[in-house]
Amino acid sequence: MARYLLLIHDNEADYEAADDAARRALDEAHAAFDREHKDAIVASEHLQQTSTATVVREDGAGGHLVTDGPYAETKEALGGYYVIDVSDLDAALAVAKRLPFFGGTGEAAVEVRPLH
Amino acid sequence: MSVPADPPPRGPGQAAAARAVAEAHRGQWAFVLAATVRVTRDLDLAEECVQDAYTKALVAWASTGIPARPGAWLTTTARNRAVDVIRRDAFFRTALPLLADDDETVTGPADGEDIPDERLRLIFTCCHPALAPQDRVALTLRLVCGLTTAETARAFLVAETAMAARITRAKKKITAARIPYRIPDSGDLPERIDAVLTVVDLLFTTGHVAPEGPALLRTELIARAAGLARMLGELLPGDAEVAGLRALVLLTDARRPARLDAEGAPVLLADQDRGRWDRAAIAEGLLLVRRALRRRPPGPFALRAAIAAVHAEAPTWEATDWPEIVGLYDLLLRRRPTPVAALNRAVAVGFAHGPAAGLAALSDLAEEPRLAGYPYASVARGEFLHRLGRRAAAGSAYRQALQHTSNAVERDFLLTRIAALDAEQPC
Repeated sequence: MARYLLLIHDNEADYEAADDAARRALDEAHAAFDREHKDAIVASEHLQQTSTATVVREDGAGGHLVTDGPYAETKEALGGYYVIDVSDLDAALAVAKRLPFFGGTGEAAVEVRPLH
Repeated sequence: MSVPADPPPRGPGQAAAARAVAEAHRGQWAFVLAATVRVTRDLDLAEECVQDAYTKALVAWASTGIPARPGAWLTTTARNRAVDVIRRDAFFRTALPLLADDDETVTGPADGEDIPDERLRLIFTCCHPALAPQDRVALTLRLVCGLTTAETARAFLVAETAMAARITRAKKKITAARIPYRIPDSGDLPERIDAVLTVVDLLFTTGHVAPEGPALLRTELIARAAGLARMLGELLPGDAEVAGLRALVLLTDARRPARLDAEGAPVLLADQDRGRWDRAAIAEGLLLVRRALRRRPPGPFALRAAIAAVHAEAPTWEATDWPEIVGLYDLLLRRRPTPVAALNRAVAVGFAHGPAAGLAALSDLAEEPRLAGYPYASVARGEFLHRLGRRAAAGSAYRQALQHTSNAVERDFLLTRIAALDAEQPC
């Protein structure tokens, strides 16, 4: 068995602009996904908006620099993650393809990264 | 003084053994390696053991004779070696990440009787979509075709060190990401077969129109691609898209004898001596196209093969069924929209409905960023402009194409066109 981190990147603005019913639908889809893959899922979280993020970086002089905002400023933002434990990459990709996305605008993507 | 004669060799002799080993290398490498990987679950170790088996064969076959089934002999020898190494290094190997395989473990060499054909596992692993396209090509040449790293590097005109690094990185990804050594589930199969066919297509296209270097054709790449297409036909006999790829390769390569003139300059499809086309390859290709088109709707490789078939069946350039070709490109663009297919469609429109229509179709693609550095778009524009009598504009289109090709033969061709235009330019 091998563990993979599924990083969900989607369009944050669409999610923020959505009404309650649409958000509820996404929550329900995730709950169904969780049930379907409960044997594989090790951990998962839904992240708050990137506007709430803070970055701590090295300042090059032995200290730290604290700034606002996410590490990378892109339209597609990291919105959540799953850690799954499956047999191999094909099994991980099969799980990733079942992930519910918001809106289905064709812009969302999941990065599948093996863990040590 | 008399020279003592060598004792007569007991076996078939070294030359015959070397020939048999070379033939087994061409024909059996993938089979032997794929079966050995099942034992090692480690690509590097399997490669070492297979290489070792071929070296042993050179000596053994010279003295004891060439075995009835060289592939089985080589597989058993490589697997025996693998079992020895694994036993010797058992302690160190526990720390190694192994290839993800089925649960059943293959531990020992088969009795040489019926070694299962594992080539599809090897092919699907090398062509996994999680690998970068150029890495898939490199791994396929290295592991499925058995080319050395130096040969693989030469085929792509890159430094050997760069190719070695690429292959190492790709193999590392296979183990680190656990790309499985397995035939994909039936649900994933069409998509995964398509990824394999794309690798073979890329190899063939690179050989057919070498993008750089002194020659227009790299025949060794064409031969490798044709060999892989044949192998896939054998391993996946019922697949329509595999038949489509085989047809595409056969029908396109059938023109090879007519593609270059005596000086090695390219001859346009319009000007080729069709009598020199390989009729046997065309006949085989046409049979395969029919099989490929039986699937509804036809896949992208079937459609591209069908386009090649229209050309192959046309007695002359003028008699080509251009509206049929435009229609096939329309279907292809619906299945798989690519800028190159769109460009070819625009060119076909020009021949079906005249240069002005072709020029209009081309101008629709002017904004396509992926065609910006592509010389054939400018070449086609130059052709249509020339036929409309707009010589100055044609010349500048050819000069633009010249900026985008580093293939020496194509550069000469374009320079000749520009010189011809200048010569007919009325002052």
